[in-house]
Amino acid sequence: MSDIKTNGPVLAADGTPLKRSLARALRVEKTRALMLIAPLLIFVLISFIIPIVSMLFRSVDNRIVEDTMPYTVAALKTWDASSGALPDEPVYAALARDMKAAAEKKEHTRIGGRLNYEESGFSSLFRKTGRAAKKFDLDSGEPFKAKLIDIHKDWGKIETWKIMQTHSVDYTNGYFLNAVDMKRTPDGAQMQDDDKRVLLKLFGRTMWMSLVITGMCILLGYPVAWILANLPARQANLLMILVLLPFWTSLLVRTSAWKVMLQQQGVINDVLVWLGFIADDSRLIIINNATGTIIAMTHILLPFMILPMYSVMQTIQPSYLRAAKSLGATNWTAFWRVYFPQSIPGIGAGSILVFILAIGYYITPEIVGGNKGVFISNRIAYHISTSLNWGLAAALGSILLAAVLILYWAYDKIVGIDNVKLG
Amino acid sequence: MAALTPISRKPFWLVALMVGGFGAFFGLFIGTSNGSGITGAIVGAALMVGLAWAYINLLKNEPVGRGITFAAFGIAGFAAGGLPTAILGALIGALGGWLIYWAYEGRYRAYLAPYLTWQQVLWHFGFRTICGVIFVFLITPILVVLPLSFNAQNFFTFTPEMLRFDPAGYSLKHYQDFFSNNEWQRSFKNSLIIAPIATIISVTLGTLAAIGLSQSHVPGRRAIMAILISPMIVPLIISATGMFFFYSQIGNWMEGSLGLDKNLVGYIKVVLAHAVLGIPFVIITVTATLVGFDRSLTRAAANMGADPVTTFFRVQMPLILPGVISGGLFAFITSFDEVVVVLFVGSASQKTLPWQMFTGLREQISPTILAVATILVVISIALLTTLEFLRRRSERLRGMSPS
Repeated sequence: MSDIKTNGPVLAADGTPLKRSLARALRVEKTRALMLIAPLLIFVLISFIIPIVSMLFRSVDNRIVEDTMPYTVAALKTWDASSGALPDEPVYAALARDMKAAAEKKEHTRIGGRLNYEESGFSSLFRKTGRAAKKFDLDSGEPFKAKLIDIHKDWGKIETWKIMQTHSVDYTNGYFLNAVDMKRTPDGAQMQDDDKRVLLKLFGRTMWMSLVITGMCILLGYPVAWILANLPARQANLLMILVLLPFWTSLLVRTSAWKVMLQQQGVINDVLVWLGFIADDSRLIIINNATGTIIAMTHILLPFMILPMYSVMQTIQPSYLRAAKSLGATNWTAFWRVYFPQSIPGIGAGSILVFILAIGYYITPEIVGGNKGVFISNRIAYHISTSLNWGLAAALGSILLAAVLILYWAYDKIVGIDNVKLG
Repeated sequence: MAALTPISRKPFWLVALMVGGFGAFFGLFIGTSNGSGITGAIVGAALMVGLAWAYINLLKNEPVGRGITFAAFGIAGFAAGGLPTAILGALIGALGGWLIYWAYEGRYRAYLAPYLTWQQVLWHFGFRTICGVIFVFLITPILVVLPLSFNAQNFFTFTPEMLRFDPAGYSLKHYQDFFSNNEWQRSFKNSLIIAPIATIISVTLGTLAAIGLSQSHVPGRRAIMAILISPMIVPLIISATGMFFFYSQIGNWMEGSLGLDKNLVGYIKVVLAHAVLGIPFVIITVTATLVGFDRSLTRAAANMGADPVTTFFRVQMPLILPGVISGGLFAFITSFDEVVVVLFVGSASQKTLPWQMFTGLREQISPTILAVATILVVISIALLTTLEFLRRRSERLRGMSPS
């Protein structure tokens, strides 16, 4: 364009400056792209992101206490727990008032259940008090302190009131503390009693077992990926079916297959007994424990390791290995110094993928894991559907999610989300 | 593959070593099952070495030698334990006969580079054996399920009748149970209702968004991509927990304010939840297809007067269709296979097939589960074949030679 001499700005065909015209075209293009994406983005935001965020919020949300017992919470604010004395009559009167209101709305069991997560005994305390509270006459002016203590002696214990005060905040870290085997007490965060410490161990076990599964997958996946990448295409495609068929088979089919294989009267034990390697009365116990979970999950997640490794190994030139050997390297040196470093991205991608999938697994540990082989996700499911301690479930979920997101970020750095391939 | 190395006959001690090892290995198993492993190994090794010596020095006729081994081992197996051991014996015999000549003629060398040392040759075959074992590990669980689903007993194990290939040990009763049992049929029907609708939603929205994402200027592409892929990354149990709380509120609202039927609301919840889970797969496959899409085609269409909608349906869609269909298949299998989310979001009337299997596995009721598993394996083989076909077609359309 240097040979065209113009004094003003470059004009488009319709006379507007070219710059503005281009900017408009770009804007139109951007808008069109966003319009195409918008429906899905809104759909995912509403039906996936918002539910997850609201679940995260649930892990700190403690408004139930103040919503159900507004007067007691307000009255307790002035009480000094360290004084060693029981609260005064106004607090008891407020409690009586809240209890009556809650009992009429049938909410007293919910709040009792909420506080019961912190200290057992609250559930029965509130149920008993609530039953009596329906008959309270709030305007009679009689002292509620004696009356309440008479209904349940726990109202005369200072510990009860301390717990009520500690857990009367709107937003609590209590669930998160519970999730790491600690508890919220009047004197700050403290470790849970020894017999209640299960969750840290469970987190540790989840991590450890996921690591073992990832390690097993690397060990078993590497040779397979290597041979798939180095065989002639026709044979490699045939063998690939053996990898893809398990990958495509329903998770429950594979899990039930492992149940059939691993049972005490199952295929593996039967074959071993038939061959005489073990006696009939000393069959191996390889189901309903950690071994069962590790075997089954290694099998289930192995394709997720093989496929990324394979796609990386395919790009490694075989001539590099030959060059190394012709320069005098032994087989091992050629592999270790030339081939292996180039295949590390595949190992990294596969490992992170397998690890992310493993720490969130639920179905397989639930079926073949028994008590000793379950993961943190099974605990979450337990708290959602059985113990109904949803706040704790949400806190456990948040910790798990944080771990996964960090790994996901690492995966993005190493592999890039755009490079995820399927099948 | 053409032979790389001229082959030559090997000395007898090498043949003896190989076939002796083979004999000892299988002898060990037969020996342990009959009392003494060591005796079995020694007898097996001696038998194989003797056979090899006889074939090489006396018989000198390969087809006859292999035939004799095959038949003799088969008959010996039959004498020992009927049909199953006969088949096992014949297999071992066929393998052994082949091995003797493979080793003696030096055929194992033919396809390897001539300069390899013997250690490298050994490693070559050792490595292949290891890989073979891993492939067996991958495929065995699936293969074990298939025959067990025809079990005539209500057991999860092989009965003696089955091992004898006695027809009385096999039956189709678990399949019959699956097709006649109300519970299974209802869950199967639910799966067939939920999965296709969820797939249609995720494919429609996902394809549109993938086309949007593949435009050259998209503000915040990485962030959008991360959000859209997140349902695949977030552990299912967390998605399920979040959706459990959220959809129960939505469900109450739909029942309360919109006055919808409780059952219908249940289906809507599960379908929406599954549609979200399928979206990442559609996005990934369709964007991958669009990377190879030639943009000048849409410009050419526009040039000839086609409006964007016509361009999309007449030019772009047919070309990216394989990608869309494979994305749809992924979304379908995700929904069809999904159990955690439906367990939390759905109610008993939305029980899907995986859910029914899950309860069955926990309570261990009947091998009907294995019949269902077999049906599902057949379905996944069909899907896998379709997908492979589509991949080849897509590569052909894009002018690549299918590999």
